[in-house]
Amino acid sequence: MSALILAWHSDVAWSFRRSPVAVVSLMVVLILVLAAVFAPLIAPYNPFDPASLNLMNGFSKPMEPNAFTGDTFWLGTDDQGRDVFSTILYGMRISLFVGFTAVLFALVLGVTLGLVAGYVGGWTETIIMRIADVQLTFPAILVAMLIFGIAKGVTPVEHRDEVAIWVLIIAIGLSDWVQFARVVRGATLVERNKEYVMAAKLIGRKPGAIMLRHILPNVLSPVLVIATISLALAIIAEATLSFLGVGAPPTQPSLGTLIRIGQGFLFSGEWWIILFPAVTLLVLALSVNLLGDWLRDALNPKLR
Amino acid sequence: MAQANAMLAFTIQRVFQSIVVLLVVGLVAFSMFRFVGDPIDNMLGQERTDADIERLRGELGLDQPFVIQYAKFLGKAVQGDFGVSYRQGRPVSSILKERAPATLELAAVSGFLAIFFGVVLGVFTAIRRDGVAANIVLATSLIGVSLPTFLIGILLIYLFAVELGWLPSFGRGDTVKIGGWTTGFLTWSGLQALILPSITLGLYQMTLIMRLVRSEMLEVLRADYIRFARARGLKEKTVNFRHALKNTLVPVITVTGLQLGAIIAFAIITETVFQWPGVGLLFINAIQFVDIPVMAAYLMLISVMFVGINLIVDILYFNIDPRLRVDRSSAEG
Repeated sequence: MSALILAWHSDVAWSFRRSPVAVVSLMVVLILVLAAVFAPLIAPYNPFDPASLNLMNGFSKPMEPNAFTGDTFWLGTDDQGRDVFSTILYGMRISLFVGFTAVLFALVLGVTLGLVAGYVGGWTETIIMRIADVQLTFPAILVAMLIFGIAKGVTPVEHRDEVAIWVLIIAIGLSDWVQFARVVRGATLVERNKEYVMAAKLIGRKPGAIMLRHILPNVLSPVLVIATISLALAIIAEATLSFLGVGAPPTQPSLGTLIRIGQGFLFSGEWWIILFPAVTLLVLALSVNLLGDWLRDALNPKLR
Repeated sequence: MAQANAMLAFTIQRVFQSIVVLLVVGLVAFSMFRFVGDPIDNMLGQERTDADIERLRGELGLDQPFVIQYAKFLGKAVQGDFGVSYRQGRPVSSILKERAPATLELAAVSGFLAIFFGVVLGVFTAIRRDGVAANIVLATSLIGVSLPTFLIGILLIYLFAVELGWLPSFGRGDTVKIGGWTTGFLTWSGLQALILPSITLGLYQMTLIMRLVRSEMLEVLRADYIRFARARGLKEKTVNFRHALKNTLVPVITVTGLQLGAIIAFAIITETVFQWPGVGLLFINAIQFVDIPVMAAYLMLISVMFVGINLIVDILYFNIDPRLRVDRSSAEG
């Protein structure tokens, strides 16, 4: 309890309460995350259960009873009679899962390499940072596409759909670790020469323990900011890859896959199949982005 | 003299690094051939004998040591020979030659739009920093940055192709063939088809350039020499464009240079949305069908481009910005 009170009175919490944008963004993100987590409970239909589908319900308009069955769908249905609202909830699950896991992967990889590069120095540092520099020359989305392509070639055809989500996570994660590594290395170079690190060395702590227990807690705040902004980027990257057809498979559609499917119906006038997933994606990415912007300002002592 | 030496040393070091990067990328591309799927499997049908396999292995040089195979691959790649596309059964180099004009024309038009409108709007929003129009432009640009490229494309298609029916929604329209180059610049439908994709592709870069020009301009406009120019009674136009804009151009040129590569890479997304028959669409299709030779060729091509652009920008920077002439590693620490 006392920890909670302490947290409430902290600088960051104070600046959070003073920023309506941050409060609203956090609420939106929380609502969307909860809706995705509890999708099976909230969604009126299970879009992946063929038994619950009725082809007669295909192309129902939003909020209007279907001409044949009389069923009403909040956000309409697609060509196969799947409820758009339910597919969005399930799609958001995939999008958020891929986004969070990919960022976590990038974070662990980047922070580890950054700590090692900054603390150990020498050849290790040169090699790690050279790789980072080279990767930074290429746009992240291109790197992700390439990794996805190679992984697709390596996996046998019959397992491709099963592993697609994990390949996507690895591809986006590997394309994104550089930011973490660079920032953590920079911060570690500064921390390395401080007295508390000397003291830890003197009492004989091992390098691994010094990096994890002593330096890491002191370099975490920029990592948090990058992680939030990376999450928005990862969600958009996932959507882009899935939209291009090199991401989540049609059996496990993410928001990007739904937009890809919906694009085909744009010309025949079924606008709702694409509009609602697109708006969801936008709201999600935008609120995470705004949250990241606020966090960057709040944790940056220079701007206070 | 010492400076010329430093310059030379820096250039040599950078060129050397670029070559190492390209060798590594080449190794990745080569490994794709070697380890993703079995080329023998890809080339021989179901009814093959062990003798066939041995013969082909010898013909393709697959029985030779890894390093020799890699060297041969590089030798061929330098000459533009990337083998035969698994999917189309034609040499990759001729497919690329066919597709390149579409991407290059799209990238050129987008780049031009981005630079032109980026600089104009950047100057405008800086000069009228408190004006209503300038703030509207700024706010719109924020939305433009947060919209993913493919959604911008879809939105434009919906507005101008589906609802209004003014512009085509896909393809290049009619093209004219001049030598080995197909151009869409010379026909009405080709020009029409260019509009939506080039806006989609250039929008992000435009906002980037606009914000950069704006912030640089705001900084320069505060400088003493601008105040002095005003005090001399020079015309507002002369001050803004001759004195201020000119001094913002160095960072703008370098950032724009680096963005050139990004335009080609992001063309993949735009080309898919508009089914634009360029190399980006070719690459996406290659990934979908695991067409390794096309993927490898695209990877090598785009790497050469990126590394080349970076090298040029680095060397230019070194010439322009004296602060970079100290040893980098000591400056970073």
